[in-house]
Amino acid sequence: MANVMNEGFGVSCRNIRKRFGSGEAAVEALRGVDFETRFGELSFLVGPSGCGKTTLISIIAGLLDRTDGELTVLGTDLDELSPGERVLFRRRNLGFIFQQFNLLPALTAAENVAVPLIAAGTPRRRAVDQASALLSQLGLGTRLQALPSTLSGGQQQRVAIARALVHEPRLVVCDEPTAALDHASGEAVMELLAANAVRPGRTVIVVTHDARVFHYAHSIAHMDDGRIVNVTRPERAARSEESWREGPTQPSPQFQETYA
Amino acid sequence: MNFVALRMLTGDRAKYFGLVFAIAFCTFLLENQTSIFANIMKRTASQILDVTDAEVWVMDPQTEYWEQTKALKDTDLTRVRGVPGVQWAVRLFKGNPVARTLEGKFASSFLIGIDDATLAGAPREMLSGSWERLREPDSVVIDQAGYILLFPDQPLSLGRTLEMNDHRVTIVGISDVPAPFVSLPVMHTRYSEAINFLGRERTQLSFIIARPQAGVSASDLTSRIHAQTGLRARTSLEFMWDCVRYYLQHTGIPVNFGITIAVAIIVGAVVAGQTFYLFTVENLKQFGALKAIGITNVRLIGMILLQAFTAGTLGFSMGTGMAATFFEIFRHKLATRGIILMWQCVALTGACILFVVIVASILSIRRVLVLEPAAVFRG
Repeated sequence: MANVMNEGFGVSCRNIRKRFGSGEAAVEALRGVDFETRFGELSFLVGPSGCGKTTLISIIAGLLDRTDGELTVLGTDLDELSPGERVLFRRRNLGFIFQQFNLLPALTAAENVAVPLIAAGTPRRRAVDQASALLSQLGLGTRLQALPSTLSGGQQQRVAIARALVHEPRLVVCDEPTAALDHASGEAVMELLAANAVRPGRTVIVVTHDARVFHYAHSIAHMDDGRIVNVTRPERAARSEESWREGPTQPSPQFQETYA
Repeated sequence: MNFVALRMLTGDRAKYFGLVFAIAFCTFLLENQTSIFANIMKRTASQILDVTDAEVWVMDPQTEYWEQTKALKDTDLTRVRGVPGVQWAVRLFKGNPVARTLEGKFASSFLIGIDDATLAGAPREMLSGSWERLREPDSVVIDQAGYILLFPDQPLSLGRTLEMNDHRVTIVGISDVPAPFVSLPVMHTRYSEAINFLGRERTQLSFIIARPQAGVSASDLTSRIHAQTGLRARTSLEFMWDCVRYYLQHTGIPVNFGITIAVAIIVGAVVAGQTFYLFTVENLKQFGALKAIGITNVRLIGMILLQAFTAGTLGFSMGTGMAATFFEIFRHKLATRGIILMWQCVALTGACILFVVIVASILSIRRVLVLEPAAVFRG
């Protein structure tokens, strides 16, 4: 039964634990994580390598089972879903942006973006048309037929953003979206993400090391050693949806010091 | 998602062509070797199959195959004719005289003596002349390959003479008989002439060929002849398989071909199977991304099967085309005449390729199914 734990939160984690392996070789990746994201917000998950960020988003995205704790994603307890239902849930409600883009190299930019639509049953031609329209909005209207190998890193990530958004998901999970990009491209990608992904009925989680883009966050959950140690809401969190579209804010000195 | 699967397959041209050509060459090698082997084995019985008039062959109980004969007694013919169900039974002689041309060229040959009265057992495919002319004294019909062997670079013409055991014989016809196992001239003459050409021995009768009456099957008749005369009687088909079995059991041919075929299967399976498996492994990241996006396992299995069967079908078709071209070229050569691409070999090869494709698919599917979609988050 899908229960609604908290209508106001896109994702709600309570005391999430994850253990890999067993016995003496067991590794406790998550040690009781409490984490929430709100609709209409860009939530950052930051922390040093190996602190459990990727494990947490994998669990939130339904790609990995947790060992313990309560998890509600978009009002649905994923434990209540069968494996098949979980796949359908992901297909309908989640969009993914990966560090290495993970575009299909044999497909054109438009076809790559069309994949989630085709997977959901949209006829190929209509899906590609829809994907092309979105890519044009994202400034890639002249590269619709380009193969990923002919695109720059920033362009590839823009294609990946379009692929994550084309089917109007309610939760977008981004794993280090700027890690493989130079600063200017990273800024452009985050700008694009902030402008296009954040919607009133949608929540966006960004896992990143990149302190240069922290100023795009509405909230920043700071992880360390498998726990959320601190959650802050930078200045932009107080701004209205319209106002943050005006441009990025500066990261706080505290985050600059920690992650620069 | 079929187009995604096919684009993934064809996206990396080098790997794609490598995979298809691996399957194509495996197919070519398998079809080529199995067909040549089967055709060579068929040649061991080509003179049996060439006798279309008779359905039953009667021989000494110790006779195992065409080349090995122990003469029957003349009275055996009468005994066979007396078996109920025999419509007719006639003599057939097989000998190996040396034929010599006037120019001095000579060759050992197969001489088949057919019934004087009925000419039953005569070759029906004639390139020149007529087997009816065998009724003329000292006449033979020679096969085309034998003619070319004895009269190289000369046009096919009737009336040429050969010397056989101090007898002068005239070529009255040129036949197109199936190639024998050993590339020797095949000559037909009447039974009485054959005995003259070979020199008289106490017994001469190599085989009796017979035809059952209407309503009696050939296999029934063989049982009756054996029961009544004690002689070995076989249908044409049974006798053909006796010959094939003999060569399989007593020569190194099957071992040689078997090794080649086994190597073709193993190399083909390993190369084609491994190429496809590695292709999937190299695409695991993409499959992982598709899994994360929400593509079901059933859909992913379908994609892998589509890729495997597309590569398999293309490779098999190309390989079969190559094999067909090879046999089309060589079936017109005299030495390899009649060696054709047999449909049974194509079917057998198809089954082998299908097996390889299925095994490679299962291994690939297993890798994709156990793949954790969360792996896509690991750099």
